[in-house]
Amino acid sequence: MSNLAVNAADRERLLSTYPEVFHRGFLQRWGLAIAAVAVFVYLAFCFSFFNVIPTFVNGNWDRAAIYLQDWYSWRAQPRLRFQNGQVVPQWTSRGQYPDGAAIDWLKPTSNGGYTVIFGSDDRLDVTPSQVDVYIDGKLYPVAIRGDRAILPAGAPARMIQDGNKVNVHFGFAGQAEIRNSQVYVQRRFLGWANFFFDTQSPFWGRSVTSVAGLMLFGERIDPAQSNASLALDNFLNNGSWQHGDILSKLMQTLVMAFVGTLFATIIAFPLAFVAARNITTSRPLNWGMKRFFDFLRSIDMLIWALFFTRAFGPGPLPGIAAIFFTDTGALGKVYSEALENVDDKQREGVKSVGAAPVIVQRYGVVPQVLPIFISQSLYFWESNTRSATAIGAVGAGGIGLKLLESMKTNADWDKVAYMVLLILLVVFVFDNLSNALRSRVMGKKGH
Amino acid sequence: MAHVAGPAQLSGLQESSRTILDHYQSQVRTRRIYTVVSIVVFLIVLGASLDFANEANSGKFFERLPYFFDFIKSFVPNSPLEIFRAMFDLPSPYADGSIKFDYTSDRVWITDSFYIPNFFYQLAITINIAIVSTILGATGAFLLCFFASTNLVGAGLTRWVVRRIMEILRAFPEIVVAGLLAAILSIGPIAAIIAVSVHTIGALGKLFFEVVENADMKPDEGMRASGASWLERVRFAILPQVLPNFVSYTLLRTEINVRASTIIGAVGGGGIGEVFSLSIGRDHAAKTYAIIILLLVTVICVDQFSAWLRRRLIGKQSFEFGRGAA
Repeated sequence: MSNLAVNAADRERLLSTYPEVFHRGFLQRWGLAIAAVAVFVYLAFCFSFFNVIPTFVNGNWDRAAIYLQDWYSWRAQPRLRFQNGQVVPQWTSRGQYPDGAAIDWLKPTSNGGYTVIFGSDDRLDVTPSQVDVYIDGKLYPVAIRGDRAILPAGAPARMIQDGNKVNVHFGFAGQAEIRNSQVYVQRRFLGWANFFFDTQSPFWGRSVTSVAGLMLFGERIDPAQSNASLALDNFLNNGSWQHGDILSKLMQTLVMAFVGTLFATIIAFPLAFVAARNITTSRPLNWGMKRFFDFLRSIDMLIWALFFTRAFGPGPLPGIAAIFFTDTGALGKVYSEALENVDDKQREGVKSVGAAPVIVQRYGVVPQVLPIFISQSLYFWESNTRSATAIGAVGAGGIGLKLLESMKTNADWDKVAYMVLLILLVVFVFDNLSNALRSRVMGKKGH
Repeated sequence: MAHVAGPAQLSGLQESSRTILDHYQSQVRTRRIYTVVSIVVFLIVLGASLDFANEANSGKFFERLPYFFDFIKSFVPNSPLEIFRAMFDLPSPYADGSIKFDYTSDRVWITDSFYIPNFFYQLAITINIAIVSTILGATGAFLLCFFASTNLVGAGLTRWVVRRIMEILRAFPEIVVAGLLAAILSIGPIAAIIAVSVHTIGALGKLFFEVVENADMKPDEGMRASGASWLERVRFAILPQVLPNFVSYTLLRTEINVRASTIIGAVGGGGIGEVFSLSIGRDHAAKTYAIIILLLVTVICVDQFSAWLRRRLIGKQSFEFGRGAA
């Protein structure tokens, strides 16, 4: 490194030539460090202000695992009740199986009990007096005496005595709660149950090829309509998944964003000409219009949404109105800024041949700003497609409200996952659509 | 601006000029047909959308319109001063024991004799949610963005993976993250913070990597020639160029996040949004106006402050155009 050494004369020369490099101000030298420390102190303050640690410690982390598993898998939850020395399965209202269906993991035995199969070596043999738990092929009999189920000696950690009941965990495959009057079984499977057809449908439980065969060549199941239209009807009115309802709610959200942005564009377009200083020469009018835009913009979309929800009732109309009001302000501001930056020569040219004022704007200004206007409106359309979901959740309806309702039950996380997938898909499609339109309008340059 | 010349002028034209004119006119005709067709399609889509929206709404537009003003009439406070009493938690002369006029019991006592009015306290929560989630989101976006820029990591697998992650974070509905966390951590500001942060990582990450991709690569070349590592090149060649824009985008995001955290609050994340949605739902006129005024003032202040700071940081360059993207 000797050839990089600097002698004293060179050093002096460098110091005097580039003083700003070697003598930096206090803020330049320490500004970043001070800012970092300030941010850190602020975060530490918020950490205690928002009670982060107690909240996390008190969180229901055991439930979190269940909720997350519900996104991509489903649970069958029969209660095996003990009635008159017999075991009777009782299903929840979600009814993933029709009455009397043959279920390969839940089989009646010859002595009036039931066998619940959780895996090749894991199963439960349920009788009213005793539940035989097999874990990894080993038998652990749980006796039921009086009002309690009794954990056998030497049971593994996956079996726990909890008060009067015994809990058995089989990992992902499910769990069982053994009480003196019933065994509550939760059996988990990968995928979404009855996604296409519910148990009421004649297509339930058939394979893809069999459904396709029925739709194309089969005898009419319902004489009034073809099998294909019956299948479509059964799919849309699927009782547990409500495809028809969800798709129509998604459509409402899209309509909110589309119509809201479109109306905002149509109204903001002429108003921006009033607000632009170089086009309308009256200062009070410019000022008033700009403050009007600020007012519309600054009142939150939330406030407009709640306001119009109170007026029109939940549905897409308040969503449209909320997006329309906020974005008229936002687009008006952006448009008027673009108008103030136009090249004046073209207007002068049109004016010099004696054109009327409206014609001057039409041929002198609009061709310059139209690409920017359209591109901005497309940006807003894109971002409104996303924010319409949140607006809907506040009460304006659409997929947002549906999401919120499904989440509040804490039992429909699979439906939430389905809606999220739909939203992601739609946002992705609309992003690409608006990008493609924008690059055509802007001549490939983009922003 | 007639494009079509009359026959009198046509006759004076030469053969070649007339061909050009014919071509021009036929192009204009095609264009006009396209314009008319697209406008008609557009109007049909719009009409269908409006009809669908009106059908789907629980109250129909024209049926509800006459009652619109009834609703506004029920939202007139007893006196203008009531709004300020509600805002500062002062006792009301109209107090009748109902919560509509009960402003004083919401006071947040800091010491035995000093209190913060409830709405100010809730507003502080909302603003803090916005700032914290902007800091967390900007940090995440900062760490990710260099791995998404073609000029730093090439167009390979890394870029593809990081960009898809950002896209998913950006498009994932905030209310789902908030709802899931609310179910686990119970309803409160932390769910809102995480939900807004997640979205911020995606949104800012996209803007950040676009800035990095537009950076001048000459300093990077110089560093590379002197044998600097990847980390050193990013630190000394790229970072000084992009930092002002990063800060400016982060400030713009803070404005947006103040609004976002209000909305998440209304869905159950706490803060002023929740209070507002309760008071408008219960027809508490004075409280509603007090919150609207507070929110309006806050949003204007935050906008002005961040615009001023941005102007100081990067001069006249306007970021209003990128607003929709952020």
